[in-house]
Amino acid sequence: MENRFSVSLARVRTGLLYRVLFSYDFMLTFFGSMPALVNAHRRVNLLVVGYRIRATSQKSLPFKCCNTADSGLLVGRWIPGHNSAVVLAVIHYPFIPGQVKKYLSELQSQTQVDLTVLGSWSMPKEGQEGMDSFLKDLSTIFPQKCWLQLSREIGKRGFTCQVVQNNGRLLQDREQKNGEGDKIILIHYDQRKVMLSQLHPVQDVGQKSDVEASELRLVFQTVAQSQPLFFLDKYDDGPLKLSHWQSEGREASIIAELLKQASVPVCIFLTWLLSLWYWFCSFRILHLPPVLFISSKLSTCVQSVYRAVHFRTVFSPKKAGTHVEFMRKANIFVSFLVDIALGLLLISWLYRENRISKLADTLVPVADRVAKELQELLEWLMGAPAGLKMNRALDQVLGRFFLYHIHLWISYIHLMSPFIERILWYVGLSACLGLTFALSVLSDIVALLTFHIYCFYVYGARLYCLTIYGLSSLWRLFRGKKWNVLRQRVDSCSYDLDQLFIGTLLFTILLFLLPTTALYYLVFTLLRLVVVLFQGVIHLSVDFINSFPLFAIGLRICRPYRLAEGVKFNVLCQEPGTPLHLMMEINPLKCSSVLQCYRTPTYSCYPKDSWAGLCKKLFVGELIYPWKQKTDKTD
Amino acid sequence: MRYARPKNAGDLKATIRATWALITPEQCHRLVDSMPRRIAAVIQAKGAPTNVISMAEEEFTDINGNSISLDCQTHSDFCREFTVTSPKLSLRKVMVYTCFVWLFAYAVFFFTENTAVLSSAIILTLAGMMIHIHFVKVDHETLLIIGSLGVQLSSSYASGRESTIFIEMNKLKDIVINEAVYMHSIIYYLCILIKDPADPETVTSVVPLFQSSNPRLNCLVQVYRSCQEILAQSR
Repeated sequence: MENRFSVSLARVRTGLLYRVLFSYDFMLTFFGSMPALVNAHRRVNLLVVGYRIRATSQKSLPFKCCNTADSGLLVGRWIPGHNSAVVLAVIHYPFIPGQVKKYLSELQSQTQVDLTVLGSWSMPKEGQEGMDSFLKDLSTIFPQKCWLQLSREIGKRGFTCQVVQNNGRLLQDREQKNGEGDKIILIHYDQRKVMLSQLHPVQDVGQKSDVEASELRLVFQTVAQSQPLFFLDKYDDGPLKLSHWQSEGREASIIAELLKQASVPVCIFLTWLLSLWYWFCSFRILHLPPVLFISSKLSTCVQSVYRAVHFRTVFSPKKAGTHVEFMRKANIFVSFLVDIALGLLLISWLYRENRISKLADTLVPVADRVAKELQELLEWLMGAPAGLKMNRALDQVLGRFFLYHIHLWISYIHLMSPFIERILWYVGLSACLGLTFALSVLSDIVALLTFHIYCFYVYGARLYCLTIYGLSSLWRLFRGKKWNVLRQRVDSCSYDLDQLFIGTLLFTILLFLLPTTALYYLVFTLLRLVVVLFQGVIHLSVDFINSFPLFAIGLRICRPYRLAEGVKFNVLCQEPGTPLHLMMEINPLKCSSVLQCYRTPTYSCYPKDSWAGLCKKLFVGELIYPWKQKTDKTD
Repeated sequence: MRYARPKNAGDLKATIRATWALITPEQCHRLVDSMPRRIAAVIQAKGAPTNVISMAEEEFTDINGNSISLDCQTHSDFCREFTVTSPKLSLRKVMVYTCFVWLFAYAVFFFTENTAVLSSAIILTLAGMMIHIHFVKVDHETLLIIGSLGVQLSSSYASGRESTIFIEMNKLKDIVINEAVYMHSIIYYLCILIKDPADPETVTSVVPLFQSSNPRLNCLVQVYRSCQEILAQSR
C-alpha cells in the first residue's frame, strides 16, 4: 500500500452543514471491501540519491494518512464563499507553534494559497487519554473563526467531527443534539489524482470570471497549487513532522530526471537551427512575387512553413506555463514523432525490392495512356458526341488547339523520362521528413502532371464564361433593356435600329455556338474536378495527421484522471451517529470532448463556397478554386 | 388518510375504516415477507435506525407498461439515493433475433454457396449484441441527492459501464415534474432546472431524469416529494 495522504475538505455552511474531504486510504482500513480503489501498482522506479530507496517488494508499508496518522494539527485552507475547508497535511506533536506559523507563512508566499491551521485531529493511542482537552486548548493558540475537531477511536469505522465557533470570546460547542446543530459531510478523495488533474472547461488562472467560482474548481486549484507543501517528508530533519500522501518519501525516476536535464540544451540547439532556417528564408530573392505565388500554391512549401511554426512552439526552452500550452506542446511533439515514424516506415517499404524503379517504369506509360485517352476524347468531341450536332468550324478549332497542347505535354514527358527514376528516388527520400511531407510532395507531383488539364479547364471556362456573358448582355439588348452599372440594376433603354440589328445577329450566332462551348466546358470541368478531389483527399489526410491530438487521447486512455470533466460521489457505509462519509472520484472527460478541446489549429482545407454557390459558379462559368487554404487561424 | 381531515369522532372512525379497507392482502404479504430482512438489518445496526425502507412497496410500471422497481435509500437526513431498475434483457427476444438472422444467412448461403455469408452473420450477431449491451441497454438509473452539495445522476448499462453526471447545488434551481405531449399521449417526466449562478432567475437548461426507464407518475411523485424535502432543507 502506498502512503496516501488524506486531504480534508471541510465545508462549513451557514446552515451549519460541514463537509470534510479525506483521502481514500481511509477506505483501506475501514472498508477493505473496495479493492478497486487501491492503486497498489504504483510506478516502481529506482530512486535517485536525495530520496530514499524503495524496493519493489515493499508493498506492505504501513501507510499513513489522516485516518491512521497520529494526532496532530490539521493544516489547510478555508474555501472563501463556501463553508468548506481543505485539509492538506497533519502536523504531528511535538511542535512549536511559532515554527508552525513561520512555516505556513513561508509556504503561503511560495504557493499563493492562504494556508492556515484548521483544527485538530486526534486518534488517541493507549496512554494518551488527556488528548482531548489538550486539543481544545490549542484553539486558543491558533485563533480561527471556526475550529475543527476531528477524532477517531480505534476500532470504530466513522469518525466524529465537531466544530467550535469562536464568536469573540465565547466558545460554543454544538455537539449535542443531532436534530439541530451542525450537519457535517466528510468527503474522501485521492489527493495525488486531484493534484495532477485538470478540470475542464479550462479557465485561465489570472482570469477573474465569476464572482463565485465553482467550489469544485477551487478545490482542484487549491490542491494543485499546494504542491510545495508535499515536498517535506518524514526523512527531512526539520522542526516539523508532517503527514501527507508523500510523507513516506518521494519517488523519482533516473531516466525522467536525465531527460529533463538533457532537454534544455537540446532545445537551445534546435532553436538555433530554426533561427538559421528563418534567416535563410528571409533572403530578398525568395520574396519576389513569382516565387511567393508559386510557393503559396505548392503544398510542400505550405506544409514546411507550418511545421516551422510548430517547431518554434515545441522547441522553445521556456517551460510551458499553463495546462493548455503544455498540452499543445506535447500534442505537437507526439504527432511530429509519429509523422517521422510513419515516413520512415513508408521509406522502408518503398525502397525495398526496387519498388522505386518499378514505379518510375510504370509512370511514363501511364502518362502516355492518359494522353492517348484525352486525344480519343477530343476526337470524339470533334465528331458527333452523344448524337449532338456541333458547330463544325468551332469544333475543329477548339479540338485542334487542345490536341496541340496534349502533343506538347507528351513530348515534355518523353524528354524527362530518362531522369524520372533518379528524381523519384530523391523525392522518395523526402519522406524521412515525415509522412505529411511525402503526401504533400505527392500532391504537388499530381498537380504538376495534370497541369495541362488545369490549363484546358481554364481555357474552356473562360470561353464559356465569355459566351454566357455576351449572351446575357445581348438578350437584354434584344428586350430593349440595359444594365445600369451605377445603380446596379436593369433599366430600359432605347436603341437605334442598326444597334438592334447587329445585336440580334450576334445574339443568334452566340446562341448557336453555345452547345459546343458548353460541352467542352463540361468535359474539362469534370476532369478538373476529379483531380481536385484527389488532391483534396490528400490534403485532408495531411491535415488530420497535423491536427490530431495524440498525446491528449493517450493521456485520456492511460491516465484518465488527468483530464477531468467533473466528479462522482459514492456513499460510504458508516455507523449511525457519525456524519455522512462520501467518496469523491474523478469523472474523466469524454473522448469526443478531448478531441474538440485539444485539436491543434491548422490550415484546414475547406470549401470556400457552399454547395449552392458552387453550382451557381459552375453554371455561370466562373473559375472555381474549391480548396481554399487559410492561414493559421483557429477554427 | 393524510389528506382527510376528520372533524369529529364519527368522521375519524369512518376514515379509519375506509383506509383499513384499502390495505390489500398483497401489501400485507409483502410486509410479512420482508420481516426477516428488516430484523437482520436492525441486528446489524445494533438497534440504531436502519436504511431499509419500511413502507409497503408499490408495483411501478414505465410508460410502456413494463414493470420497473424503485429503491429508495436514506443515508442521512440530507442524503437520499433513488434507484430505478428497468426490466432485464429478455432471453426470448435475444433468441428470436439470433434465429431470424441466422436463418436468413442460411437461406442466402443456400443460394450463393459462399461460406463468408455465414461467418459474417455470426460476427454481425455478436457485434450487435455487444454494442446493444454496452451502449443501449440500461440496467438501472440512480439519482443521488445530497443537500447543499449537489445532485448526481448515473446510468448503469447492462455491461457494467456507468456514466455519471454531477450537478452542483449552486447551479440547481429546482426539481420539477414536467408534462410532455407526444403524439397522442401525455408523458410525465422528472427534470432538473439548471440556472447560471450569476443570474439566478432564468433557467438556462433542463436535464431530464430517468430517460431510459421512463417511470410513470406515481413513481415520479414519490421521488419528487423526497427530493423536495431535501431541497427545502438546503434553502
